[in-house]
Amino acid sequence: MPFFVQLAHHFLPETILAVGVMALILIGAFRGERGFGLVDEMAVGILGIALVAIVLSSTPDTSIFDGAYIDDGFSRFMKALTLIGAIVSILLSVDWLQRNGLEKFEYPVLIMLSTLGMLLLISADNLIALYLGLELMSLALYVMAAFARDDGRSSEAGLKYFVLGALSSGMMLYGASLLYGFSGTVSFAGIAAVVSTSAPIGVIFGLVFVLAALAFKMSAAPFHMWTPDVYQGAPTPVTAFFASAAKMAAVAITVRIVITAFPGVKDQWRQIIIFIAIASMLLGSFAAIGQENIKRLMAYSSIGHMGFALIGLAAGDEAGVRGVAIYLTIYLIMTLGTFAAILAMRVEGRYVENVSDLAGLSRTNSWMAFFLAMLMFSLAGVPPLAGFFAKYYVLLAAVDAGLFGLAVIGVLASAVAAYYYLRVVKVMYFDEPAPAFDRAPMALRAVLGASTLALLGFWVYPSPVMDAAAAAAKSLF
Amino acid sequence: MLTIGLTHYLVVAAVLFTLGIAGIILNRKNIIVILMSVELILLAVNLNFVAFSQSLADLTGQVFALFVLTVAAAEAAIGLAILVAFYRNRGTIAVEDINSLKG
Repeated sequence: MPFFVQLAHHFLPETILAVGVMALILIGAFRGERGFGLVDEMAVGILGIALVAIVLSSTPDTSIFDGAYIDDGFSRFMKALTLIGAIVSILLSVDWLQRNGLEKFEYPVLIMLSTLGMLLLISADNLIALYLGLELMSLALYVMAAFARDDGRSSEAGLKYFVLGALSSGMMLYGASLLYGFSGTVSFAGIAAVVSTSAPIGVIFGLVFVLAALAFKMSAAPFHMWTPDVYQGAPTPVTAFFASAAKMAAVAITVRIVITAFPGVKDQWRQIIIFIAIASMLLGSFAAIGQENIKRLMAYSSIGHMGFALIGLAAGDEAGVRGVAIYLTIYLIMTLGTFAAILAMRVEGRYVENVSDLAGLSRTNSWMAFFLAMLMFSLAGVPPLAGFFAKYYVLLAAVDAGLFGLAVIGVLASAVAAYYYLRVVKVMYFDEPAPAFDRAPMALRAVLGASTLALLGFWVYPSPVMDAAAAAAKSLF
Repeated sequence: MLTIGLTHYLVVAAVLFTLGIAGIILNRKNIIVILMSVELILLAVNLNFVAFSQSLADLTGQVFALFVLTVAAAEAAIGLAILVAFYRNRGTIAVEDINSLKG
């Protein structure tokens, strides 16, 4: 296939983003400090065009660039989620950045570069593309964590994320070198052919290193240690981006690499995934109990949710991957809604982020209290909200695959986790009112309302998400 | 006479990798040392790639090593930039002083 045909048919969203981000850098450079508003709006527009290009494309699954890159149903589904996360993160950030004197055009540019890295990562079909996508995503994320450069906590978060991220990239590369050396190829399909029946010990070592590094990127235990600090220290809109879009890409590439490159050694990677899932669920449930800072609470919550998403991967079949896709969709909606609420926590012009600042919210702002309560019920997995169905489909896949112990631990962990979600509801509805919040900007209220409606509506009309997730899972097998 | 084979290169790379990891985990003094340890890890990886590439008679490993070199340069630049921002805010780059976020 000629190069430009490949580009236009299977690489269109990435091309749009890459060209767009370079144009935005130029616009920002020429307009200087005044360029923020224009660059920000154009960034949303370009990401939106890329999203439309993905949703409308219906090409058959194709491998391009000599097998380095794959355009299939699974990648399109995950890319759409990633782009939605990026767009909503930009919309949520505008007001916060302006009030904190950070309205610099670099912010939307960094979000776009990082999103481009995520798209490359999701579609990677060999180890080189995987590494380049991962680094493009991570390098932009390091800078974003340290974006409030006059705030000591933000630069500390950036530094911690950078050091541990560089360590995990190094481990990923060492694993990649072992995979290359012992299988003789870097392409996922080639590795799958070599390890179709039994694997050399070097390949298993390489797989362990790569999975450890990917667990780090999606902040699953026992590689989660950076998550609470970085979530708390980074600027809140950046945390929203970390918790939404970045997770989608990391989980997507984990699913792709174990399903497409290692189907022959399922028993080996399944043990690793089960261990990571159990450790993440238990840590996410118990460590969050004592947290007062709501960003830290959400960090532990996200660790627990990654554990749940990995239950579906541990099942390792089509139903399991469908469960992961549904889980990530619902997790994305819940996270964006919750961070819209956190960004609306502003008292007399000052941003607050403790659970106690929500006290008595039902009397000072009854709508926000209702929306946030619905989000918390959904995060806890209370039926009939969408969070319940997310857990239901991954647990169902695990039970069908015979992983009863994993499913039981998952249910018990979600019962423990319900404690700290319900504590937020209790604080909002039964405690003496704290000072009322300022009126939230339109974008935050719209995202909060829309995400709550989506969570309530999933029960009534789940078929769009269910069908898309089923089609995505089918393309991997 | 001793011939240097693939195993020797892999052992050297494994030792360098372990030194790099140990340097990050055990180091209690200075963040610059952590950056040096990261470079050591990437060096071990490149050695692995080139040795495997030679023994497999396949160029892909060397191409990968070139990509790793370029990305490592970008990574080091970003790490130093974040470090400078941190130093301006705190006036220190000692590892034990990176402790304002915990709980």
